[in-house]
Amino acid sequence: MRAFTTLTALVAPLDRANVDTDAIIPKQFLKSIRRAGFGPYLFDEWRYLDRGEPDMDCANRPLNKDFVLNQPQYHGAQILLTRENFGCGSSREHAPWALEDYGFRAVIAPSFADIFFNNCFKNGILPIVLPAETVDRLFREMADGYQLTIDLQSQTITTPAGQQIGFDVDENRRYRLLNGLDDIALSLQHADKIKAYETERAKRAPWLFQDA
Amino acid sequence: MAGKTLYDKLWDDHVVHTEDDGSCLIYIDRQLLHEVTSPQAFEGLRLSGRKPWRIARNLAVADHNIPTTDRAKGIADPVSRLQVETLESNCKEFGITEFHMSDIRQGIVHVVGPEQGATLPGMTVVCGDSHTSTHGASAALAFGIGTSEVEHALATQCLVQKKAKNMLIKVNGKAGPGVTAKDIVLAIIGQIGTAGGTGYTIEFGGEAIRELSMEGRMTVCNMAIEAGARAGLIACDEKTIEFYRDRPYAPKGDDWNMAVRYWEKLHSDPDAKFDKVIEFDAAAIKPQVSWGTSPEMVLPVDASVPDPARETDPVKRQSIERALQYMGLKAGQKITDIKLDKVFIGSCTNSRIEDLRAAAAVIKGRKKADSVKQVLIVPGSGLIKQQAEAEGLDKIFTAANFEWREPGCSMCLAMNADRLEAGEHCASTSNRNFEGRQGYGGRTHLVSPAMAAAAAIAGHFVNVAEDAS
Ligand code: SF4
Repeated sequence: MRAFTTLTALVAPLDRANVDTDAIIPKQFLKSIRRAGFGPYLFDEWRYLDRGEPDMDCANRPLNKDFVLNQPQYHGAQILLTRENFGCGSSREHAPWALEDYGFRAVIAPSFADIFFNNCFKNGILPIVLPAETVDRLFREMADGYQLTIDLQSQTITTPAGQQIGFDVDENRRYRLLNGLDDIALSLQHADKIKAYETERAKRAPWLFQDA
Repeated sequence: MAGKTLYDKLWDDHVVHTEDDGSCLIYIDRQLLHEVTSPQAFEGLRLSGRKPWRIARNLAVADHNIPTTDRAKGIADPVSRLQVETLESNCKEFGITEFHMSDIRQGIVHVVGPEQGATLPGMTVVCGDSHTSTHGASAALAFGIGTSEVEHALATQCLVQKKAKNMLIKVNGKAGPGVTAKDIVLAIIGQIGTAGGTGYTIEFGGEAIRELSMEGRMTVCNMAIEAGARAGLIACDEKTIEFYRDRPYAPKGDDWNMAVRYWEKLHSDPDAKFDKVIEFDAAAIKPQVSWGTSPEMVLPVDASVPDPARETDPVKRQSIERALQYMGLKAGQKITDIKLDKVFIGSCTNSRIEDLRAAAAVIKGRKKADSVKQVLIVPGSGLIKQQAEAEGLDKIFTAANFEWREPGCSMCLAMNADRLEAGEHCASTSNRNFEGRQGYGGRTHLVSPAMAAAAAIAGHFVNVAEDAS
């Protein structure tokens, strides 16, 4: 998992509330056997005028020109600014996979759905909760080339005008993101304990340790 | 100090590390893999350059997408085929044992595990499938996990878990004739509801549970998840130990003796404290039939479908109305008046040899009703199929115009070609009757194998307990 320390990047505004995981990545993509490569299908039903299918080549698909990510000024955006309850609906982990694969590293919203919020941290994405008024103000400030700087170490966002906005993150999650530790890496920090357990258990239950 | 529950013992035996917030790193003794939930876990390993921690603790078998007709023809559906082929190539790449479609040991993952002795008493068992609770019948701590946890267990042989609370469901007395493990567990779910066990590990105990065969105990634990509990448990006893003697993956020689001494301790202490205890009277349980779209919507076969007008709680009334509408049933209609279009005997709930014998026993030379379009008998594994054929059960089924198929999940979830058409009523020995579970618009009635076979003959539900007594 990629570490998240500081990020200065273009912001894309997605001015909708209750964006559900089926909108983020439609259910037909769950049949896929992949976990990478979902970026081209992010927001598939909003981004394209035809119906997307797994493994489809998106290069020549008809685009919905009105959708924010299709507007040239937002190309290369790594921060998504959106409204409340982002990521609601089914618990599919394909949603953060698709956001990450597209290139988003942070999502700012007044609130997030629980499971989605957790899944973001597991996939190197920083979800930031800000008061609805602050999010509102950021939407109003948006202009061409609008960039924000997010510093996870100091838990601050800096606007182009130099204004600083603080945000909260659970300490444990902050540590993991700063160090790029996914769940597995975190458990593997206890590798010695796992091995010690195996040695001790092999004496009590040798039949479980004849791997040959 | 108070005694320990079986769950406490299994948990304590597997804790590798405890975090400040109480979550624990739990050691996993066995992971079972199948084609639907494993591809992204393997891809995750590859993307991060990780290797499985202990290759030999994993065992793979394709079951969800496998065709139950002639295997030589391969798999027609491209998505299904891709998943099955991907499991094969991943197992090859990482050196994991897989039972292929052509292997006699192939079958439904939760049937294969105990049958091979690959899941044993005292183990922690995980699989990317919620019905992993089945293996708890052997006093193993077994629960379903998601794809990212499959990857985690592959890479670390551990999972991060928080301990659940302890619940004891005691089924006292003896069950009447014609009343099976399936009827017991359906009656339990009907009473405690699909959220009744949420946050708990349920231990099933009492005389009626001890009386059950290992197959029957697996049926009960299989449906613990339908009562909201991630894991179900049954204490180890003589039957458990006998079941595992000489299984291919079971310990041998001195190891066997040592294992047995350990397994004999796998029961709750007499003074163990449970957070919740619920008691049932086995003698009061009748053969069960689900009438709605949730496993808790279940009634004795001699009852009538509920009337929403008599329900005072508006939320419940609405859910009854919706279920009746989806199921195409009338309020107050007798359950024995429900006509069946199809019958499915199989799934990890009821596809073991005892289930097939029970189904065959009710046929008695009769044939399926003309109004029933199709009766599928899908054994849980190639070995069960072989055993059934050695006993001549296949002949009894085909003589009754039932179809005798190859092992797999089949119409339990309709990922392969076996499915219901919209509006069709099916007597099914599986575990879930959600909308569309057995095919878009399909109407599932959960029952025991004997009840399913009897319904296939009559064309509607009949009370097998009346025949039996
Ligand atoms: S038989 Fe049904 S419930 Fe069991 S593993 Fe297969 S699909 Fe899941």
